[in-house]
Amino acid sequence: MTTATVPTTTARQAPTARRVFGANVRAEWTKLRSVRSTVWTLLATVGLAIAFGALIAASQMSSWDSLEASERLRFDPTSFSLSGLFLAQLAVGVLGVLVITSEYATGQIRATLGATPQRLTVLAAKATTFTGVVLGTGLVASFSAFWTGQAIFASKGLGASLGDPGVLRAVFGGALYLTGVGLLGIGVGVILRRTAGAVAALVALLFILPIVTGFLPSSFQETIAKFLPAQAGMAIFNVVPDPRALPPGAGFAVLLTYGAVSLAVGGLLLARRDA
Amino acid sequence: MIELTDVTKRYGTTVAVDHLSFDVRPGEVTGFLGPNGAGKSTTMRMVVGLDAPTSGQVTIDGHPYRDLRFPLRYVGALLEAKAIHPGRSARDHLRWLADSNGIGPRRVDEVLERVGLADVARRRSGGFSLGMGQRLGIAAALLGDPATLLLDEPVNGLDPEGIQWIRQLLRSLAAEGRSVLVSSHLMSEMALTADRLIVVGRGRLIAEGTVEDVVARSSTGHVRVDSADPDRLRHLLQDRRVDVSAQPDGALVVTGMAARDVGIVAGTAGITLYELSPHSASLEEAFMELTRNAAEYTATRGAAA
Repeated sequence: MTTATVPTTTARQAPTARRVFGANVRAEWTKLRSVRSTVWTLLATVGLAIAFGALIAASQMSSWDSLEASERLRFDPTSFSLSGLFLAQLAVGVLGVLVITSEYATGQIRATLGATPQRLTVLAAKATTFTGVVLGTGLVASFSAFWTGQAIFASKGLGASLGDPGVLRAVFGGALYLTGVGLLGIGVGVILRRTAGAVAALVALLFILPIVTGFLPSSFQETIAKFLPAQAGMAIFNVVPDPRALPPGAGFAVLLTYGAVSLAVGGLLLARRDA
Repeated sequence: MIELTDVTKRYGTTVAVDHLSFDVRPGEVTGFLGPNGAGKSTTMRMVVGLDAPTSGQVTIDGHPYRDLRFPLRYVGALLEAKAIHPGRSARDHLRWLADSNGIGPRRVDEVLERVGLADVARRRSGGFSLGMGQRLGIAAALLGDPATLLLDEPVNGLDPEGIQWIRQLLRSLAAEGRSVLVSSHLMSEMALTADRLIVVGRGRLIAEGTVEDVVARSSTGHVRVDSADPDRLRHLLQDRRVDVSAQPDGALVVTGMAARDVGIVAGTAGITLYELSPHSASLEEAFMELTRNAAEYTATRGAAA
């Protein structure tokens, strides 16, 4: 046997758990920025938020003169300008799903978990990195959509400004909302592991369930609908109180709970399953 | 140093690995041989913590893999080629791996150079050939300069030049004092590169030892002896508890005794020999016989249950 010229596990000082986490955040950042689809998806998020928001704002203004006084009173220019986020959430949600499922699809997950067997650290690092990227993109999307909307409302002498009470919270809330949906996407992705299934499940949660509850008797509908992830989360856009929705903070907390539960279940499965 | 102690892995009712124990020692290339479905890849996945054993223990230098922080610095593994996002370049793939284990970017360029991928490092890995994917997998395994290496079928998809390269790489890694476990279904390849062999069939350990040991353990090696008095010679040999069978042409086939010793027995008894020829089994023959026995054993056991 030759003299050992290579270090063994005992020869080096083990890094701290915190250092392992930090290293994984860097690794996830490298992963995110080294595939083109990330950039495209983030651009799509901003584009959808602005374009779809502008479309809805313009159509509302064209019918403004025919609206009744009570409807005009309920008009919330802030919340309305953020309508595009309802579509933009799909891009962010799918990006969240892909953070996990693309690794399973390509087999790369085995490289990831082989490099870091502390699997919960891997998931936490993915969620952290993703939160940073989506929060930043969400702020761009939300503020752009807000200003675009206000420019359109100005044609009727309407509109909100960031200085008005609750408006800044609502616009920041747009970015928080997208982040919450994205984290739910990661959670669903890590539970289901397959892109198609996870995207379908996410679309069902965000878009189909609200339609299904629409068929329920109205008393049920009112109590249940506001607790669905998208409906609850979007309460954070409201500046003029909406009687059918939860209060802004509570609504966003419900969305975060969906995200946290899905991540917790996913984390448990990730730690237990064979890769 | 990899140690497996009484490791079993079940998937539902299927037993992929069955009470397997062996060591992979520093400074040696340990060949891991077995037919398809013998449990080689499952075993390797358990070593690097991807699959958890149903029972038993797998350790790296005494630690379970899942307890290691920055494990790439201790263990490098090539488990399947192209476990890589096709849209990412070779360099970016190695970069995130390096990041995750606190390894500097300079090391990425070093390993790319060592496996001969420096020129294509910035190209999307989706366009790589199987051989290039294999080289990238080896680069990933070498990234943390680990003392222990596991390579599952590393010569797959490589051209003769690549095979030659792998052979030299494995030898030099072992010479540097590393523990190297390499699986292959190519027995001839193992005969050239491995110092020790671990032969498995249906998840069980069939043979372990040097290449010579494993060949000797199989009963395929024999001596053919044609003589003036086969009947007497046969009795003399059988007295020495050696397995002898008569051939239709009157010659004898002797198993379990060297040709030289057969000659001495005949000479002492004054029997004239016409032919005395040793037939040593190749590793390939030894392997076929060893694994065939394992298959039969499992089949009979299954029928009895």
